[in-house]
Amino acid sequence: MKRTNRIFTILIFIFLYIPMAVLIVASFNTGKDLTEFDSFTFRQYTRLFQDRTLLKLLGNSLLLSVLASGIATVFGTIASVGIYGLKPRMRRAVMNLTNIPMTNPEIVTGVSLSLLFVFVGTRLLGQRNSLTFWTLLIAHITFNLPYVILNVMPKLNQLDPALTDAAMDLGCTPIQSFFKVTLHEIMPGIISGAIMAFTMSLDDFVISYFVSGMDFITLPVEIYTYVKKPIQPKVYAMFTLLFLMILALMIAMNILQARSEKKKAASHAAQV
Amino acid sequence: MSKELIRLQDLTMEFDGERILDGINLYINDHEFLTLLGPSGCGKTTTLRIIGGFLSPTSGKVLFDGKCINEEPAYKRQINTVFQRYALFPHLDVFDNVAFGLRVAKLPKAEIQERVQHMLGVVGLKGYETRRTDALSGGQQQRVAIARALVNRPKVLLLDEPLGALDLRLRKDMQNELKRIQQAMGITFIYVTHDQEEALGMSDTVVVMDKGRIQQIGRPEDIYNEPKNAFVADFIGESNILDGVMLEDYKVRFFGRVFACVDKGFAPNEPVDVVIRPEDIDIVPPSEGHLVGSVTSVTFKGLNYDIIVEFRGFKWLIQTTDYHGVGENIGIRLNPEDIHIMHKSEYSGMFGDYSSYSAEYDELTEDAGNEEE
Amino acid sequence: MRKNNSVLLTTPYILWMVAFTLIPLGVVAYYALTDPATGSFSLTNIQDLGMYLPVLGTSVWYSLVSAAICLLLGYPVAYYIAHRTPMMQRILYMLVMLPMCMSFLLRTLAWVGLLQDTGILNRILGWLGIGPVHMIRTPGAVILGMVYNYLPYMILPLYSTIVKIDGRLVEAAEDLGCNGVQVFGRVILPLSMPGIISGTTMVFVPAVSTFYISQKLGGTDTVMIGDVIERQFKQGNNPNLGAALSLVLMILVFICTGIMNRFAGANEEGGVIV
Repeated sequence: MKRTNRIFTILIFIFLYIPMAVLIVASFNTGKDLTEFDSFTFRQYTRLFQDRTLLKLLGNSLLLSVLASGIATVFGTIASVGIYGLKPRMRRAVMNLTNIPMTNPEIVTGVSLSLLFVFVGTRLLGQRNSLTFWTLLIAHITFNLPYVILNVMPKLNQLDPALTDAAMDLGCTPIQSFFKVTLHEIMPGIISGAIMAFTMSLDDFVISYFVSGMDFITLPVEIYTYVKKPIQPKVYAMFTLLFLMILALMIAMNILQARSEKKKAASHAAQV
Repeated sequence: MSKELIRLQDLTMEFDGERILDGINLYINDHEFLTLLGPSGCGKTTTLRIIGGFLSPTSGKVLFDGKCINEEPAYKRQINTVFQRYALFPHLDVFDNVAFGLRVAKLPKAEIQERVQHMLGVVGLKGYETRRTDALSGGQQQRVAIARALVNRPKVLLLDEPLGALDLRLRKDMQNELKRIQQAMGITFIYVTHDQEEALGMSDTVVVMDKGRIQQIGRPEDIYNEPKNAFVADFIGESNILDGVMLEDYKVRFFGRVFACVDKGFAPNEPVDVVIRPEDIDIVPPSEGHLVGSVTSVTFKGLNYDIIVEFRGFKWLIQTTDYHGVGENIGIRLNPEDIHIMHKSEYSGMFGDYSSYSAEYDELTEDAGNEEE
Repeated sequence: MRKNNSVLLTTPYILWMVAFTLIPLGVVAYYALTDPATGSFSLTNIQDLGMYLPVLGTSVWYSLVSAAICLLLGYPVAYYIAHRTPMMQRILYMLVMLPMCMSFLLRTLAWVGLLQDTGILNRILGWLGIGPVHMIRTPGAVILGMVYNYLPYMILPLYSTIVKIDGRLVEAAEDLGCNGVQVFGRVILPLSMPGIISGTTMVFVPAVSTFYISQKLGGTDTVMIGDVIERQFKQGNNPNLGAALSLVLMILVFICTGIMNRFAGANEEGGVIV
């Protein structure tokens, strides 16, 4: 029973990773076709770094996700602290609002934001081109916020309220006690929220596709247009690099978690 | 004694329409060790949190050195707190925890160093500076919490059930330790506990609370020997509480017999509660007894036997060093000074029959114990 | 004092979320109920919806099948992960999460390369002497794509629920005379219910609204509601009809998650696990 389960799990992991393996292998391929491996080369990587437009798009994507996740992290953390202090009924209402972008289909979120921006831009402000970098940024912040809040809230709920009392008892103003104590305690939640928001933002295609205009396009949106033209192998090289980057981020997150859990275990052992 | 430091004036506190504190009036002297004692939910922690500045009362005043400090936030008060579960900062080591308040106050580095070291010496934690707080034992965490509060040289230290999380042995050691520290530092301690032994053992003054009201204030001896009502008599120590009638000064009647007592000042024929402590009762041969009853159960307690004796259907607890078997008929004698008379109160009759009450009491203490785990 | 601060800290967030989630939904409703040419109130878009009922039916059907397959595949995996050492759990959790963070467009394209008539799988089959099997542009390929893309969304909440089940409960059940199957049926499965509900929701919602997977892996007969909406906005130039379709999709998802949550007994913890 245990054995079959193990084999089954391994098969599922192979299933999950095969397409990515195909792409990574293709990034070292001299040929253009995904299905046929001619010979090994690093040429796609050098081509990637010579391709101005592709790098620009990658830059766009990185800029957007760093900005959006950064703003969402600060904004979301402040909001979480506020929500935490609300009365239960109000808190539930705000959490329901937070859950809307999480439960709504992405395409509906994309369509609705796009319609809002066009409506406000063209009808109310009389702009010709209402979809810009800024609308894209607003959209990304909006769908990043719930990730931050849903990661920070549990940490706040775990926080011993006596700690902030203790800080104030020892002379901290409420703001000082937030920075000296609360922030340290909820930091793991903030970091994992920020990382999650960043990766979601970086990989987002559906919402960006509806909300981006002509002048600022992200990488996934550009890849979608490859439906018409054959995909260039240097894109596979980029995929491989992004894969490594995300892998590194996740390992970092893991180590962080492992460390905080070890701390908890140690404190538990000391009390027993 | 010394001068008054804190005064609570008509404090009331309501949460969601529920009255937690109901007219608390209390003054606390400088250098005093004062204990708020009562069962859980009696309002003792709320009172402490109001003094600490973590709660503001619904009405009433908190005076500190004669000045109203209702509006003064916790971080401005010259009062520090040892929290129930210590509330040590998990991201800081022992030294940084103790230095926290001094750093917030922006004292010079050298002074911080010196004061923290001195304080760690006082609580016996020299050499633990760089330890993580979560790697310390409960007793050591407790000492860090005390040092962290005292290093700021507060005028008053508030302690919220500080020994609750410790095991029995450590608790006894820490009781002595706390008393020693309080005398060495010469500051006021306001201590909250539900443990009567702690309260009686350490305090200069004990304030017994229940249902948001103060039931009695006094020295430990007075609280024990002269309980004001059935609640105090019951909560502090163990008691047999009986219905009686005060015929005139120094004369009380219960169980159909008139006894001499040392109390006076009651109205003629006033119905009263009579308290008899189980250890004050003398056992004599049945022929010599004021009352005669039969033993219904015996429990060996180490120092003594707890025996339950039935007198005309009413069960008494008697503590004695001599063994008396179940079914044995014994007589008892009561000396005038063993009989304490109290006015009737809302608590009268609640703690009547000892046997049923005893089981209830055990459950209560067990619950309280579980809460602390 | 503290309450006022909380309200102060929360207000900008509430305003933001109202402005960028609630109001946009209102705008969708507005577009859905206006005529594309004249801009006046009209029900034509709503009336036109009838045409798309079959597409909607296909979408719901494919998504339900995908969710069911994800559950069957994901449960043993989640169960397996939940019973490893903490260190191993973290690593496996990360490995499940990693694909979610990678470009799903490219990963879907990779499946095209795998499933094509001249693709990698067919070549392997060829070596084994099995003639080329037609896989791409079939409903099966679309469902495969959905299962592949959304399987992690099933495994993660299942894992989070299963890992919390107290091992002593299993022992208690065994003590009371349950055999292995009974322990699973009477104890573990009922306790996994929140995870099953939330996993199913998290697979169903993106699957029913997808438009890329069906375009790349499906044929002309596997058009999904997401494709139709995308076309109205990006090719058909009838955003009003697209808005009406979005509205329908949203209501559909709302009803489905509502039913799911009713099953789950509205527990908060299983709600969203990311």
